[in-house]
Amino acid sequence: MSIAAPLDPSLMAAESAFRAEQRRKALRRRIMPVIGIGSFLLLWAGLVYGLKVPPFVAPSPFAVAATLWAKAPMLFENLVPTMIEAFSGFMLGNLSAILIATAFVYKKSLEEAFFPVIVIINTIPVVAKAPILVLLLGNGMEPKIAIAALICFFPTLVNMVRGLQSVNPQAMELMRVLSASQREIFFKLRLPNSLPYLFSALKIAASTAVIGAIVGEWIGSTVGIGALIIQATYAFDSALLYATVIVGSCFSVAFFLLITLIERLTLRRHGPAAQ
Amino acid sequence: MTTASALSGIAASRGDTTWPAIACDDVTVRFISESRVVTALEKVSFAVAPGGFLSLLGPSGCGKSTLLRVVADLIQPSSGMMRVFGGTPEEARTARALGFVFQDAALLPWRNAIDNVSLPLEVGGGVKLGPNDPKPVDLLRLVGLSGWEKSYPHELSGGMRQRVAIARALLGGPKLLLMDEPFGALDEITRDRLNEELRRIWMETGTTILFVTHSVYEAAYLGEQVLVLSPNPGRVVECVDIDLPRDRDLSVRDTSHFVQLAAHLRGMLGRMHA
Ligand SMILES: Nc1ncnc2c1ncn2[C@@H]1O[C@H](COP(=O)(O)OP(=O)(O)O)[C@@H](O)[C@H]1O
Ligand SMILES: [Mg+2]
Repeated sequence: MSIAAPLDPSLMAAESAFRAEQRRKALRRRIMPVIGIGSFLLLWAGLVYGLKVPPFVAPSPFAVAATLWAKAPMLFENLVPTMIEAFSGFMLGNLSAILIATAFVYKKSLEEAFFPVIVIINTIPVVAKAPILVLLLGNGMEPKIAIAALICFFPTLVNMVRGLQSVNPQAMELMRVLSASQREIFFKLRLPNSLPYLFSALKIAASTAVIGAIVGEWIGSTVGIGALIIQATYAFDSALLYATVIVGSCFSVAFFLLITLIERLTLRRHGPAAQ
Repeated sequence: MTTASALSGIAASRGDTTWPAIACDDVTVRFISESRVVTALEKVSFAVAPGGFLSLLGPSGCGKSTLLRVVADLIQPSSGMMRVFGGTPEEARTARALGFVFQDAALLPWRNAIDNVSLPLEVGGGVKLGPNDPKPVDLLRLVGLSGWEKSYPHELSGGMRQRVAIARALLGGPKLLLMDEPFGALDEITRDRLNEELRRIWMETGTTILFVTHSVYEAAYLGEQVLVLSPNPGRVVECVDIDLPRDRDLSVRDTSHFVQLAAHLRGMLGRMHA
């Protein structure tokens, strides 16, 4: 083992060519999106200036950038409530989905009775649910949190039920041969088995919770990204509108990346199939 | 061997080792579904002595897995009597006298090899290992997986996963090992290797093994007896004594006596489809 075999020069050449090819590909993966975004911005600016689009219809990218810079404190002030609502709604919606999924898996009759109700509620579009909840819960953060929670709830419920149920039947029999209790079967088998399913739902929920909070703020709200979008639209302040939308999307992306990171850390052990 | 000393089980606690490991008496199992009644096993009778090695051979659908599930207390027979070391299958299960190896290794993908082997320590009240009992790490060595303790199932080959499953089943020194086509999904070379090692493990541990297969060669090479089952409904055709040397390796399959035994078994299977 200690004596290295003399390397075949043609093999070494092939290897270094392969390495160079890999580097080129990695570089391309970085550069291509930058080129894409750059040309999109150029096209946007070109259209706005070339077609002489008035600023109350659409702003140039430079006007948006200037607004982002000048109004950063105000934008941030409005982002905070939206963040709180989206995050609280995310927690509330997903936690209740996880608990109800667990109840469904252990009590089939509960699922048979209540799943249809949940499906019907889920078919009501968010924009229709929002006014109902505002009437019910008033003008504070509560209706926004409720909307964000409702929007997260359904995908997580469905995925979690599937994750808890789709246990390898032979692993289940093994647990029975080992005389495992229901509690042990849940914590040692069903719950870890459901994690990949849960996280794919949580990643969806991270984006939809933000949408839920914003839609909630459209109705009778004075602060938040959603309220700012409405105000900017009525004021024909297109630069502020675009800047607000960009701030909202950045938050949404950051939330998604955070969940993805937690997923990576949690599912490290589940093997490549899980991710 | 340390594993053999771990075999404190039901028979010993009763102060009686004369019970057969398995006594199956006229066991019938019927499955009733909406559309039809399936008789998976009909009046199946056989016995396995403690320390014995019985292969269950038959085409798929003849009730081999069902029979194993009855022994493991996963299903109850519709009629007839199943005794395991003189007690009920339930007593054997709760006394942790049983180890089960499935066709799909049924490892938990989020646990590494050693943690998979340790699972029986964590559930169902847990096996209590004595100071002389083999630890999970010893069992991984026994199945030839030293150095792979920290590997996750997705990093192991099919044969290695099955070895982990065998190590897990051996934890706590079960008196009876139930194996349901454990090597059925492996390539022939790996399967041959594991067959040899299973014979070695059987001789070292002295545990009783009930081994399901639909391979004539595997059944005859491994078993001290081969119980042949026929399908629709599952019935015992014959229990064939395999009078090959106890300390045999794979080359025994080239002897004329083995060839005769295999031909006899294959003949029985052939007539079933006629
Ligand atoms: N849980 C079950 N419900 C209904 N039928 C079953 C069930 N388990 C097995 N069977 C039927 O019993 C017969 C024997 O099955 P099995 O024991 O799995 O056979 P083998 O393991 O020999 O292939 C088959 O016809 C199968 O369809
Ligand atoms: Mg089977």
